[in-house]
Amino acid sequence: MERYDVLVIGGGVVGSAIARELSRYQLKIGVLEKNPDVCLEMSGRNSAVLHGGFAYEVGTNKAALCVEGCLEFDDVASQLDFPFKRTGKVLVGNTKEEMESLKDTLRIGEINGAVGLEIIDEKRLKELVPTVEGTFALFSPMSGILDPFQYTIGLAENAVKNGVRYHLKREVIGIQRLDEGLYQLETSKETFLTKWVINAAGLGAVKISEMLGISGYKMGATRGHYIVLDKTVGPLLPMPVYPVPSTLYMGIHVTPTVEGNVTVGPDADRVTSLEDYGVEQRNMDYLVEDASTLWPNIHRKDFIRNYAGIQPTWLDREGPLKDFIIEAREDVPNTVNLIGIESPGLTAALPVARRAVKLLVDREKPEINPNFDPARKRMKPFAEATPEEQAALIKENADYGEIICRCESVTKAEVLNAIHNPLGVETMIGMKYRTRSMMGRCQGGYCQMRIAQLLQEEKGLEVTQVLYAREESELFTGRVR
Amino acid sequence: MNEIQKQVVIVGGGPAGLAAAVALYDLGIKDLLIVEREKNLGGILRQCIHDGFGLTRFNESLSGPEYAKRFIDEVKNRNIPVITETTVLEITKDHVVRAASRHGLHTWRADAIVLSMGCRERTRGALQIPGERPAGVYTAGVAQSYINLYNTMVGKAVVILGSGDIGLIMARRLTLEGAKVLGVFEILPYPSGLERNVEQCLNDFGIPLYLSHTVTKIHGGHRIQGVTVSRVDYNRKPIPGSDTYYPCDTLVLSVGLIPENELSKMAGVELDIRTSGPVVDASYQTSTPGIFAAGNVLHVHDLVDYVSLEAERLAKGVMDYLVHSYVDDSNVKVIAGKGITYVLPQHIGKKHAPLLSMRVKCPGENVQIVVQQGEEVLVSVEFDEALPAEMIQIPLELDKIQNNNPLEVFVR
Repeated sequence: MERYDVLVIGGGVVGSAIARELSRYQLKIGVLEKNPDVCLEMSGRNSAVLHGGFAYEVGTNKAALCVEGCLEFDDVASQLDFPFKRTGKVLVGNTKEEMESLKDTLRIGEINGAVGLEIIDEKRLKELVPTVEGTFALFSPMSGILDPFQYTIGLAENAVKNGVRYHLKREVIGIQRLDEGLYQLETSKETFLTKWVINAAGLGAVKISEMLGISGYKMGATRGHYIVLDKTVGPLLPMPVYPVPSTLYMGIHVTPTVEGNVTVGPDADRVTSLEDYGVEQRNMDYLVEDASTLWPNIHRKDFIRNYAGIQPTWLDREGPLKDFIIEAREDVPNTVNLIGIESPGLTAALPVARRAVKLLVDREKPEINPNFDPARKRMKPFAEATPEEQAALIKENADYGEIICRCESVTKAEVLNAIHNPLGVETMIGMKYRTRSMMGRCQGGYCQMRIAQLLQEEKGLEVTQVLYAREESELFTGRVR
Repeated sequence: MNEIQKQVVIVGGGPAGLAAAVALYDLGIKDLLIVEREKNLGGILRQCIHDGFGLTRFNESLSGPEYAKRFIDEVKNRNIPVITETTVLEITKDHVVRAASRHGLHTWRADAIVLSMGCRERTRGALQIPGERPAGVYTAGVAQSYINLYNTMVGKAVVILGSGDIGLIMARRLTLEGAKVLGVFEILPYPSGLERNVEQCLNDFGIPLYLSHTVTKIHGGHRIQGVTVSRVDYNRKPIPGSDTYYPCDTLVLSVGLIPENELSKMAGVELDIRTSGPVVDASYQTSTPGIFAAGNVLHVHDLVDYVSLEAERLAKGVMDYLVHSYVDDSNVKVIAGKGITYVLPQHIGKKHAPLLSMRVKCPGENVQIVVQQGEEVLVSVEFDEALPAEMIQIPLELDKIQNNNPLEVFVR
């Protein structure tokens, strides 16, 4: 049985941030992730916005950690080398009530420590976003957009570089505390032993919490839907455009992606399943109708994909839980329990991780890892290189001259690099998140055959072993003959 | 970077590019280059191993690779330069073509450029079919490539959405390989593909075709488990209560093709929203002087034979441009009127007699297609049957055109 000092349950953005922050210390660290990759749930299925920190109640973890995460993000993005743009963001309104509401938001944001907030008039709004419909807005210059896949992968790869081991496709199904004080974690494959358990299971956090013996939390869920638009409309939207938030949720917004697409969404439908990412027709119709009042540039011809994300809602014994819980309970020793981690979890992942790690470090007092390297370098994407750089890349490695994905100009060098990723991910979606291949307007019509073939050749997979995204998502039934 | 001068660079070595190259060569333009991203010439024909190609052009029934080989041999016989495994990254307004291969970046400056990049398939994302996004959903061309080029079987119990020709061909192909094709569902009240394919690929194999039906939901979080199919009304809206669930492990989409014009746009080429291809004159010259387009990059064809013929006609236009610097000087607009989805060319000059290519909006018998300028009927042609699946071509003599007023093409 493999024994660890710390096992982190959940390899999403928060679990991976925790693993990475833990690797600053001399500890044997493992991550147990139930999916075949690290960004298949909340971390990858969201608006991909860096939040300014003005939308959360004063004094909460959410407010403090979001502001902290927002302000440090330039450094984080350059250290982990993933796409991020501090675009700014506007919350657009028209009515007197909305103006009052925005003034409140501004005031709360300033108390929270959000930087640079201002109410702007229509003229200024149109200068910032000429294509928007609205008469005034709250402008948050520190907000931004990021690649949530690359961010999560960057954290995970940096953790691996510093000695963390990832165990993918390992769903924790039972936790037992042994007499000698160790925890025994039973997974869908093998069983692990560990001194410390950190629950960063996201949508599975309540379940894991109960396995640890911490009860009293409950979770419900809504599903939010998104439509992805072609890059041709990207230039029309320089920054995320939100409506004035209601007390319930942020509202349907339009958001540019770092790569130049636009996403529209999300709505919020109450659901019972945490695994159904289906998108309904009426939701898509509603998204278009609702968002078009804000930004009238949404046309069917530009649709390239849709997706859905699960947004949890949390309860504790006292009622709705509106804050992040990061706790180390004395009655359940050697555990750090994270509950209620939702939006702005992407922005706040590292601050959340530092709080969680501090709880462990204060008790365990581990030695500093002198070899810790905070940097992770992404392979240079061909599409982002200048012609001179492209020529040099090809000269150095001829695989850079073989364009596999036409829409996004992804080369064989990048695909091979992704296939041999440090986490050992070998799904088609894993390649997509790592390279942007299959993400463009043809959605893999041209390149997916080559990528599936390379995966088989490089990984020695049988044709029937090639997975699309999750377990049991085989792409093929066999050879033709 | 070294810029190499060429008389004509042809972007894409599929049927259009090959035919254009041979025709240009035979007109005396020999400083040519075909740039092809794949290892072999032939384009999408390489994966079309069924027969039925060449009936118009060669009077015999060939497979896709055989049809392509006829042209590849002609290219080889003439020693027309070809560069394969080279992907064009950019075309500029002033005729610079930038490409990448394992040997490095290539830059050509051409007197004229032929766009022959073909088309891509409409995807599930473009259709926005509701439901989950499991494995096992393939566009027909992707399924065809996996089976015919990669020897990989995509599934065993198959539902096909859309009755485009590739979907029909794949219904037969999958059946021959032992899969059960449960049915082909078409949202329109008539088939999108050719009648002969409905006959030979579905009827001969007992595969049902359900018209006015569509897939309204995809089920399964991992591999697809099934689809919900609904009947649709005349507005193509699903009729409540008409749902049927089909368990399946594969959904094949044959829901349309889109001319691939990302490079054209970089070169400032104006596109027609109806064809998704360039706006051209009768010599197939686009809005960027010296850049020409033919084949599926211009508009989606029904038969490859017409792609070849169109590319051969284009060669005369390129020749004229190279020799006489001919750029369309007039602007007789051609308008798609009642009952016509689109018509090409979009405008006509004074020199090249147009071959009007068009599609009708809905099927009809004894259909009269009229080309009219003002009150004057220039041509009127009667067809026993006109189907949206089939391209219609009507030649027009230049001296029939009276003035600079627009022409309208419509169904009477």
